[in-house]
Amino acid sequence: MPLNIWRFASPQVFYSLAGKLIPWFLVAAALLGAAGLYVGLLVAPTDAQQGDAYRIIFIHVAAAWMSMFIYTVMAFWCAVGLIVNTRLSFMMALALAPTGALMTFIALWTGSLWGKPTWGAWWVWDARLTSELILLFLYIGFMSLHAAIDDVRRADRAAALLALVGAINVPIIYFSVKWWNTLHQGASVSLTRAPSMARAMLLGMLLVALAAWMYSIAASLMRVRSLILERESDSDWVQTIVRTEAAK
Amino acid sequence: MNWSSPAEFFAMGGYAFYVWGSYAVAALCIGLELWWLLRRARTLVTGAGLKAQPSAQRP
Repeated sequence: MPLNIWRFASPQVFYSLAGKLIPWFLVAAALLGAAGLYVGLLVAPTDAQQGDAYRIIFIHVAAAWMSMFIYTVMAFWCAVGLIVNTRLSFMMALALAPTGALMTFIALWTGSLWGKPTWGAWWVWDARLTSELILLFLYIGFMSLHAAIDDVRRADRAAALLALVGAINVPIIYFSVKWWNTLHQGASVSLTRAPSMARAMLLGMLLVALAAWMYSIAASLMRVRSLILERESDSDWVQTIVRTEAAK
Repeated sequence: MNWSSPAEFFAMGGYAFYVWGSYAVAALCIGLELWWLLRRARTLVTGAGLKAQPSAQRP
């Protein structure tokens, strides 16, 4: 029998699938994170120009990549929700937003702590920094708009529209260092050429980035399960779960 | 290994405040999010966070 992916669009099926997947993603995040921090903090050499301040980039780059990627995935689920009208798509989008906002905040915070010793300023109104700050506002706007509308279906659609319009900001963030003359440096890692950094530095960065992926998947799956329980609370299967839990 | 002593490691070449300030806040954020997620899941699954149902009316 061919695997029918639409089956997983059913909140009940997805709830139990997510429950089985979460521990694996959490374990993977912990292992990859520990390995990445070991390489990044202990093995990688001190940078010739930036000294040890550069070690901030291990979390900074991972968080910044995730902040953009999560927004893209969130906008994707919003589009799917608006087109196909699947309930689970909107729940996925809503579940991704807080983790995306968190990653954006970490990227901005660590960037600021890196900027002070390296550039001599906590913050500059540079195209990369400004567009990343706008990304944080987009996440907050998405969640606030959703929370402000009582009717869940209308909230889903309105917030999805906002997320889709805001998606234009993601390529702007990514290409900002090329399009404008920014204080923020250009990409050290790209798909089109060899990375311009030491092996151990690159390895540490990639491991932490993978850990951030695994963590973000786990966190959004955990959140989507709670959203499913809330939204499907009238259904028999949720009532059964609650009754079994209460009997324990 | 890049360091010769733990003290040297924690000093981070004089950038301790910036490096550890970044790592501490990132760890705090992730810890808080996980705590918050687990708490929300627990209150929901025990029924406390769900709308009252006819079979399980709360005062």
